[in-house]
Amino acid sequence: MKRITFYFLLFTLLLTSCAPTSTPTPVEPQTITILTHDSFAIGEDVIKAFEADNNAKVTFLQSGDAGAVLNQAVLTKNAPLADILFGVDNTFLSRALDADIFEVYQSPALTDIADEFKLDPSNRALPVDYGDVCINYDKNYFTEKNLPVPQSFEDLAKPEYKDLLVMENPATSSPGLAFLLATRAYFGDDYLDYWKSLKANGTIVVDGWETAYYTNFSASSGKGPQPMVVSYASSPAAEVFFASPAPTESPTASIVASGMCFRQIEFVGILKNTPNQTLAQKFVDFMLSQQFQEDMPLNMFVYPVNKNAPLPEVFKNFAQVAKNPAALSAAEIASNRDTWIEAWTAAMK
Amino acid sequence: MQNKNLNHGDAETLSKKILRAFVSPWFYRLTLWLVPLLFLLIFFFQPLARIITLAFNTSAFTKANFQLILSTLSFTFYQATVSTILTFILGIPSAILFSRFNFHGKPLLRALTAVPFMLPTVVVASSFNALFGNHGLFSFLFPLSPEFTTSKAFYFLLILLAHIFYNTTIVIRIVGNALSRLDTKLEGAARSLGADTFHVWKDITLPLLRPSLLAAALLVFMFDFTSFGVILLLGGSNFSTLEVEIYLRVLKLPNLPLAALLSIVQLIFTLIFSILYTRTINQVTTQTAPRFSASRPPKTIRERIFVFTFYLLLITFFALPLLSLPIRSLTRLEADRGQRGEVQYGFTTDYYKELFINRRGSLFYVPPIQAARNSLGYASLTVLLSLALGYPAAYALAKPTRLEKFLDPLIMLPLGASAVMLGLGFIISFGRSLASPWFVPIAHTLVALPFVIRTLQPALASIPERLRQAASTLGASPFRVWQTVDFPILSRATLSAATFAFTVSLGEFGATLLLTRPDYPTIPIAIQRFLSQPGGLNFGQAMAMATLLMLLTTLAILIIEKLRLSDSGEF
Repeated sequence: MKRITFYFLLFTLLLTSCAPTSTPTPVEPQTITILTHDSFAIGEDVIKAFEADNNAKVTFLQSGDAGAVLNQAVLTKNAPLADILFGVDNTFLSRALDADIFEVYQSPALTDIADEFKLDPSNRALPVDYGDVCINYDKNYFTEKNLPVPQSFEDLAKPEYKDLLVMENPATSSPGLAFLLATRAYFGDDYLDYWKSLKANGTIVVDGWETAYYTNFSASSGKGPQPMVVSYASSPAAEVFFASPAPTESPTASIVASGMCFRQIEFVGILKNTPNQTLAQKFVDFMLSQQFQEDMPLNMFVYPVNKNAPLPEVFKNFAQVAKNPAALSAAEIASNRDTWIEAWTAAMK
Repeated sequence: MQNKNLNHGDAETLSKKILRAFVSPWFYRLTLWLVPLLFLLIFFFQPLARIITLAFNTSAFTKANFQLILSTLSFTFYQATVSTILTFILGIPSAILFSRFNFHGKPLLRALTAVPFMLPTVVVASSFNALFGNHGLFSFLFPLSPEFTTSKAFYFLLILLAHIFYNTTIVIRIVGNALSRLDTKLEGAARSLGADTFHVWKDITLPLLRPSLLAAALLVFMFDFTSFGVILLLGGSNFSTLEVEIYLRVLKLPNLPLAALLSIVQLIFTLIFSILYTRTINQVTTQTAPRFSASRPPKTIRERIFVFTFYLLLITFFALPLLSLPIRSLTRLEADRGQRGEVQYGFTTDYYKELFINRRGSLFYVPPIQAARNSLGYASLTVLLSLALGYPAAYALAKPTRLEKFLDPLIMLPLGASAVMLGLGFIISFGRSLASPWFVPIAHTLVALPFVIRTLQPALASIPERLRQAASTLGASPFRVWQTVDFPILSRATLSAATFAFTVSLGEFGATLLLTRPDYPTIPIAIQRFLSQPGGLNFGQAMAMATLLMLLTTLAILIIEKLRLSDSGEF
C-alpha cells in the first residue's frame, strides 16, 4: 500500500513539473552546419552575434585539409554533411565547380569585394579571404653573414644560397603547391629545368608546413638549419603577435619581389540539396560582412577581401603584401595540377 | 570433437552451465562472436566495402599502376621487416630487463617507453630533431657530415629509429608479460639437469614464449607495414609506403580507382600475414601454471652489466628525446631576437600560463583542462569498449575450432585498412551522424581491438585446463576456480590490454576517420592547432601541451601498473 502511495506521489510530482509555464516557449533555434578545414578559426563573439540575430545555432565540422574537405563534399553531394562549405582555394576551385556541389548565390555583400578576387563568374563560389605564399627569411642570418636577400627565382639557384632553402612537397602541402605554381607561372614550360637547378643547389623538401617551419627553419622556435622557408607573407606578423614579450621587430620577413609569391584565395559556397537555404544565404552574407572579415586576420592570418574591413595593427606593421603575385587561371591549374606535381616529383627524385 | 569443445568452456559460471545444457557448443561459440563481429561488420567491413565498390574500377589495371604498386609494396615490405627486426633487437632484452630484474626507477622507465606511442608524429619528429638534428645533442657528440645528413640513407635511418621508438613498447608489454608468466620451475629443472643458459633459452624459454613472440611480431610488423606519419614526416619525401600512396591518391593526386586497388593490395597482405600467424600459433599450445617468476635485483657480474647496459640504452633512447619536450616548453628563445645577434635563452613559464588564456577570443580556443578531460574520457570509453568486445573474441580464439581458424585472421584487418579510405567509407555510410562524439571511441576501438585480442588470447590459451579441473574436483566453486586459476593470469594480460587501448586512444589513432567537432577537442588536436600557425608562443604552447600529454599518460600508466602490482601480491 505504502509503495502505491509513493508511486502516486512521484507521478503527480512528474506531472506538475511537466506543466507548461506561463511564459511562451521561444522558437527552437535553427541549426546551420559549416564544413571546413582544420585551419579554420574565428572569434567566439562574432559567431554569437550571428546566432543571436538570426535565432540560429552554428556548428562547425572540421575534417583534414582543404583537399580532404572538398573530397568529402563531392562524395556526399546527394546527402550533404553540411549546409555550407568554406575553404576551397583557387587551386581546387575548378574541381569544386566541375563537381557542381554549390548553389548559385548572388550575395548583396559582393559589392564590397574587389573584382580581382571573384574567380567564379557564376557566383557559386564566393571569395572570403586571401593570403600570399612567399619565401620567409631569417633576418639575423642574412645580416650576420652579410648576404644580400635573394630577389628573384634565379638568385635562389646561385651558389651563395646553397643549402639555405626548405620547402614543402607540392604533392602533400598547399604552400608547397603554391610555390611550384609560382615557378610554373614564371618559367612556363622550362620550370622543370629550374627545379633541377634548385635541387642541385640543395633545396630541402619536407612533407608539410609544420615540419618546414618548426623543424627546418632557423628563425622559428625549432631553430632548424635553413634560413629560408616557403611560408606566408603574413607569417612575420604572426611571429610578432605570438611572442611574449612582444618584440619591436619581427625576426623574419618575406621576399615579396615580383612574381615570387602565389596568391591563395579561399572561397565559400552553399552546398546543393541543403534544407536550410535561407539561413545559409544569411551566413554567407555574414562571412562577407565587415564584422566577420575584420575578425579573420588574427584568427587565421589571412587578409579580408572586403574593402571596408580594417587590418589589425600587427598586420599593417609587420606583414608585407606581394607586389605582383604570380598569375595562373583556376582553369589552367585545375587541368594541369596533377601533371605538374607528377613531373615535379619525377624531376626531384 | 564435440565433447572436446564442451570442456573448453572457461570460467564455469552458472549461466554458462545452463547455456551448455541447453545449446550446442556451436551456438555458444556464436554468442561469443556475435557482438565483436557485429561491431566489425557495422563499423569496419560495411563502410570499407562501400567505398571500395564505389571507387574500384578496372581502369586502374594499367602497366604503370602495377609497376607503382610493385615498387611501393617492395619498399613497404622491406622497411617493415628491417624495422621489426631492429625493434625486436631492442625489445627482447628490454622485456627481459623489465620482467626479470629489479632496479631503481623501473616503473617510471617502463611507463616512459609507452609514451611515444601516443604522441602526435609532429611532436615526435620535433623531439627527434632536438636530439639528432643540427643543433641536437647527438650531432654535438658525433658530428655527421652534411652530405650524410641530407642523404637518403640518413632519412631511412631516421624512419627506422622512429619505428623502434614507437613500437618497442609492444614487445616489452606482450613478451615481458609472457616472460613473467613463465613457470621458473621449468628453467630451474633444466639447469639442475645440467643445461647451460643458452640451452635453457633454446629448449625451454623460447618455445614457451613463442605465441607471445609471434603476437608481438605481428603487431609490430603491421604497424610498420601501414606506417604513414613517420614516413611522410621523417622520410623527406623520398619514400612512400602503400598507406602513404593511398593517402596521396585519395587526397592529393586524386585517383580513386588506383587508391582502391592499393587498398585491396594492402588488405590482402594484411590477411596473408594474419593467416600465417594463425597457422603458426595454432601449432603451439603452451600451458603454464599461474606462477609468476618474481623479478629480483641483478646478482652476478654478467647480470649487472646486462641491466646497466640496457638501462642506459633505454634512458638514452626514450628519456632524452622525450625530455626535450618539457625543456622546450620552459625555454624562451625569441626574446628580442630582432635586435640581437645572439639567441637569448631563458627560463619561462609563459607558455603554460598562456594555455589558460583565450587571447583572440577564438571560438576554437581549447582550454587545457577540458582537452585533458576529453582525452581521458575518450580513452576510458575506448578501454571499456575494446575490453568488452575483445574478451569474448579472445575466449573463443584461445581454444580455436574451425570457425575460429576462419575468423582469426579477420580480426587483424582493421590495422591493415587505410585510414583515409576507411574515412571516406565512414562518410558515405554514416553521413552527418559521423559528427557525433560517440564515434570517437568507436574509431579508436577499431584500432585498439586487434591489440586487446592479441594480448588476451595467448594469456587465455596458457591457462591449463587440468588446473581448473583439479580445482573443481577438490571442491572449489566455479567462482573460486576463476578467482584462483584464471584471474591471476588474466589480470596481468587485462591490464596490458587496457594500457594498449588507453594509449591507442590518447594517440588519436584512426582520428582521420572522423569529422572533428571543435567543441570536443582533445590534447593532440590542441597540439596540432598550435603548430599550424607561426610564432614562438604557438610553438611553446604546443610543447607545453605535449608535456601535459606526456605527464598525464605516464601518470595513468604508472597507476595501471600499480594496480597490477597490488593484484599479483594477492597470489
